[in-house]
Amino acid sequence: MTHGPARDLAAALCARYEAAGAMPVDCAILQPAETLLDLYGEEIRARAYVTQDPARGELMLRPDFTVPVVERHMRGGAEPARYCYTGEVFRRQEEHPERASEYIQAGYEVFDRADPEAADAEVFALFADLLKDYPVRAATGDIGVLTAAVTGLRTSERRRAALLRHLWRPRRFRALIERFAGRTPVPPTRTALLASADPLAGAAPLIGLRGEDEIRERIVALHEDAAEPPISAEEVAHLDALLKVSETCPFALERLRDLAIDLPSIGPAVERLARRCDALAARGVDVDALGFEAAYGRTSMEYYDGFVFGFASTVRADLPPVATGGRYDALTARLGGGARIPAVGGVIRPDLLLAIGEEGA
Amino acid sequence: MSVKLGVPSKGRLMEKTFDWFAARGVTLSRTGSEREYAGAVEGIDGVSLVLLSAGEIPRELAAGRIHLGVTGTDLVREHLVQWEQTVEELAVLGFGHADLIVAVPQAWVDVDTLDDLDAAAAAFRARHGQRLRIATKYHRLVRDYLRRGGVADYRLVDSQGATEGTVANLTAEAIADITSTGETLRANHLKVLDEEPVLRSQATLFRARHAGKTNAERATLSALLERLGV
Repeated sequence: MTHGPARDLAAALCARYEAAGAMPVDCAILQPAETLLDLYGEEIRARAYVTQDPARGELMLRPDFTVPVVERHMRGGAEPARYCYTGEVFRRQEEHPERASEYIQAGYEVFDRADPEAADAEVFALFADLLKDYPVRAATGDIGVLTAAVTGLRTSERRRAALLRHLWRPRRFRALIERFAGRTPVPPTRTALLASADPLAGAAPLIGLRGEDEIRERIVALHEDAAEPPISAEEVAHLDALLKVSETCPFALERLRDLAIDLPSIGPAVERLARRCDALAARGVDVDALGFEAAYGRTSMEYYDGFVFGFASTVRADLPPVATGGRYDALTARLGGGARIPAVGGVIRPDLLLAIGEEGA
Repeated sequence: MSVKLGVPSKGRLMEKTFDWFAARGVTLSRTGSEREYAGAVEGIDGVSLVLLSAGEIPRELAAGRIHLGVTGTDLVREHLVQWEQTVEELAVLGFGHADLIVAVPQAWVDVDTLDDLDAAAAAFRARHGQRLRIATKYHRLVRDYLRRGGVADYRLVDSQGATEGTVANLTAEAIADITSTGETLRANHLKVLDEEPVLRSQATLFRARHAGKTNAERATLSALLERLGV
């Protein structure tokens, strides 16, 4: 496979990132698998190439740059920092064998505590400018608004944690909501377990690492959960309404402010969105025409936890987005060993830009 | 050249396959010594028998080195990416039934559904600092099943045999394996989750979609399939 033209375009993009103040960095292609497995779970194996090293154990052909760039920064990068990089990433394509399994990314990442919304706007505006001659349409979202809505639900801490854990798995999230709202019949096995005075009496010998105390702990948790009142139909309706918000930014903002009356926990996140819109406008982005979808970025199984964006081709609906990015503050905390820093960034795929071509070219 | 039919080379799967073809007027037999994997086909001309390990038949079908093959649905779906575009299911043969299931220790009285397994996995990870291990050799099928079931915080560990023993041996917390009667599971103090299995498998006759054919082979193949009534 030849990456020649894509590599040239990536180098040109990187030069623009450098002009915007980024320092070029390089990352190893072979990455320790354990870090990525811990972050993404077993599902990453279906999407990345895993290989074996006799001394270093399981390694992965880098599926993206963000994780190694964050690790590098957390090991002692200066603050604030802007990085850029270009190189191959590798993705297994079991579901889409027609898609490239090896392609170039050109990325830009900002680590800056000063003004997160301004940093969001900086990255988005830079990408919008780099892509202005291509037939693409931008979409934006904000995982932080969703998180805030779940955090504010009037239910147990345990239920909120379960929902947050599955925020990126819409089907599972929906099933949990239905159950916590009391709309799903309780499985007979659960009813029997809760009715039993001592469910462990007469049970088979315990084998394996999961101990009796863990089983008893969960049974207690299940009893507590059964006593927990259902999430109200009203709250579920508000959450549904929130997930359906899909408008241009000004209308979305208005809609979210309305919803914040019923879901007060989203207030601060909505105001962050408002500040971001202002910062985008200040950088010349046509916010009145920019789309905002509350559910955007939810299925990509990424590490984004705030602003998310993507640029999709308007001429080739079959292609994945040509550029994607977002905010990943929590990732810096997970990889930072106690330290954390607000961070936002994104990548452009030059191969896809070449495939769609410049407008009028 | 001839139409190549791949059949499991030993055991009950081979005998039952021979019976199934015989009932339709096509006699398959092993020839030569007991140890030699050569076979003969009577009742139709231009068909040759290729005796293979059941596990190799999916690969041979995908490569187009055999035109037809008998093997379990589990093996085809585990080993062939986009299997429906590679092979066509011509007939289920009514034997070799086995379910691919997820099983946990019987003592886990609090775990009966995938929902329970997910909750247990989350708590296990918080307690032990590692993801709950599930031993299997069916990595793709099980991963896909657990993803659809919304289970997170688990890790698959490879087990090519004696998988039921991995929990007692502390190399896994749960397993995903093929079972027909469940006896081995019970003997190892394991229970099947109260859910649809990952897959219900049985011996199946497959046609390779990409196997090259001469005109003569094409004619033989249609005659054979007509004889078999599939």
